[in-house]
Amino acid sequence: MTTVSVQNVAKSFGTIPVLHDIDAVFPQGTFTSLLGPSGSGKTTLLRIIAGFVAPDQGEVTIGEKDVTGIPVWGRNIGMMFQSYALFPHMTVARNVAFGLERRGIKGAEAQKAVAEALDMVHLSDFGDRMPKNLSGGQQQRVALARAMVIKPSVLLLDEPLSALDRRLRQEMQVELLRIQRQTGLTTIFVTHDQEEALTLSDRIAILDKGRIVQSGAPEDIYENPQTRFAAEFLGDSNFLTGVVEAGGVRLPDGTLIQTTATLHANGQKATLAIRPEKMSPTPLEGATNHVAAKILTVIYAGPALSYLLQTPDGTRLKLFQANRDGTLMREGDSITLHWSPAHSIPVQN
Amino acid sequence: MPNKATPQRASKGARILPQWVSTTALLLPAYGWLTIAVFLPLLTMFLFSFMNKTPMGKAPIEFTLRHYRAFIDQPYLIKIATNTLLMGLWTTLACAILGFLAALALVRCTHGARRETLLILILLPFWTNGLVRVFSWTMVLRENGFLDNIWHWIAPAAGSIAILYSREAIVIGLVHGYLPYMILTCYIALVTIDDAIIEAAQSLGARWWVILTKILIPLAAPGLISGAVLTFVPVIGSFMEPRILGGKVGVTMGTVIEDQFTQAFNWPLGASLSFTLLAVTMAIFATFSGVLRRGTGGTA
Repeated sequence: MTTVSVQNVAKSFGTIPVLHDIDAVFPQGTFTSLLGPSGSGKTTLLRIIAGFVAPDQGEVTIGEKDVTGIPVWGRNIGMMFQSYALFPHMTVARNVAFGLERRGIKGAEAQKAVAEALDMVHLSDFGDRMPKNLSGGQQQRVALARAMVIKPSVLLLDEPLSALDRRLRQEMQVELLRIQRQTGLTTIFVTHDQEEALTLSDRIAILDKGRIVQSGAPEDIYENPQTRFAAEFLGDSNFLTGVVEAGGVRLPDGTLIQTTATLHANGQKATLAIRPEKMSPTPLEGATNHVAAKILTVIYAGPALSYLLQTPDGTRLKLFQANRDGTLMREGDSITLHWSPAHSIPVQN
Repeated sequence: MPNKATPQRASKGARILPQWVSTTALLLPAYGWLTIAVFLPLLTMFLFSFMNKTPMGKAPIEFTLRHYRAFIDQPYLIKIATNTLLMGLWTTLACAILGFLAALALVRCTHGARRETLLILILLPFWTNGLVRVFSWTMVLRENGFLDNIWHWIAPAAGSIAILYSREAIVIGLVHGYLPYMILTCYIALVTIDDAIIEAAQSLGARWWVILTKILIPLAAPGLISGAVLTFVPVIGSFMEPRILGGKVGVTMGTVIEDQFTQAFNWPLGASLSFTLLAVTMAIFATFSGVLRRGTGGTA
């Protein structure tokens, strides 16, 4: 039960800066995702917390303790890797017991803890197997048991589910969340998969080019993205750019888009983000914003319908709809999109 | 079903040569070469080892098992054989320790172009003439040699540390020659170990000593063992290093065998000693083959 915090951390590899002035708090018992594209520095941040990478400046604290100068083996962390990283020359039980041995726990006590940990991941009968005789999902469960059995202060997950196929990944997500909730362990999860971040996390921190661009609860970030990057990386977004005028944004073609959010001073440029599923091709009550667009492509995906559209001035837009009655609009149709001013979110470019 | 399949296979066979023809054709060069270069000479030597004398001149040749009794007839050979095996053991051990650490340093601390340069430097002893390599050690190890002079400069009052013509000198020369094998085999074994495995061990609380003994050495065991085989076998048969660096103490099975061929002109005894040595080596490896199989099986 530990709060992890990172203060003022920066890191460069050679002359290439990887992280700039990162400040983040991971409150005790929360499941936080570090979400970002490759090269955003999310893995480096996790490795700094783990102790594999020494930051150029700043501090890392786990609980009350400043661990910046403490090597990995002294930090009491549980870690899972994308490549499972099981010890190939040891049985499953000996893999799990490895961390216990390092803490001087041996014999019956260790056996009991190993059995409990394997039971937790539903692999009770697999103790005598070698890792190579297990499937990917089973190997990752062993890795989870191995990380949990030492009762770590914090669980660090480096894209542990990326190597698994879709179905197995979903199963493991449920499992991971169950175990995290059961143990109340502070968990930091690195991923580039936005869906995974949304389903698993209490909090998400979005990283871009070595900075945390936005952090908060998944629904806060999704509903109120602050930057164009956050709006695009977490979910899909339409962007309309124009000039601020009379509490709205005047598009180049003269349409005034209204928003309930506060904008810059009149005459300044502004970009509005609108989620594709918040738009509607039919008029709705309160949906006072509208733009005309032509359908370019129709994507039929069973329960969901996606349309790619283009406005007369060439802006590309997306529209998501639930497949309610099986009727599709056609390519080439001209429609008008309606949405509420509350769903026009001003974002920084 | 079989009735239908047969004509089809027959018609295929008419167009394409039967499989055994192509298999034989492809294997022939390799086996032919092995026969000429390895099997025939070995067979000849094996025949020699049963002859009563070197088959030259006109004297009639008789077949005898007498040369295989050499170790009983000439008990001093047992002492030489023991010394030879000890020399092999020390050389292999020194190579294993140095080679493993060197390979570890290469894998863990270098990358890219620097690693390639270092690998080439490690292979340098292979490119130098063996005789030159060994003689250069005499310059270093002899009295008033390179090492001795440095020692005198550091500690003028102390005695000489010249170790030329000693067992240590032989082992040093042999280690220099065979270390690259060990480094390369260990390097190959270590480079395949995923960094994440070592990081996982660290995250579980392992310090370097535990990582070395519980993770790296067990995982690199196949490399260590094949390196040991590649070192031990030629070392116990070596004769150049013992002769040049060992002087009087440099009597080994290798030099005894060489003497039989070049000095005593007793080829049958030389051949029988060679095959005895081969048998002893094979017996040693048969004993350790279980370990070898377990080592490779664990990481496969």
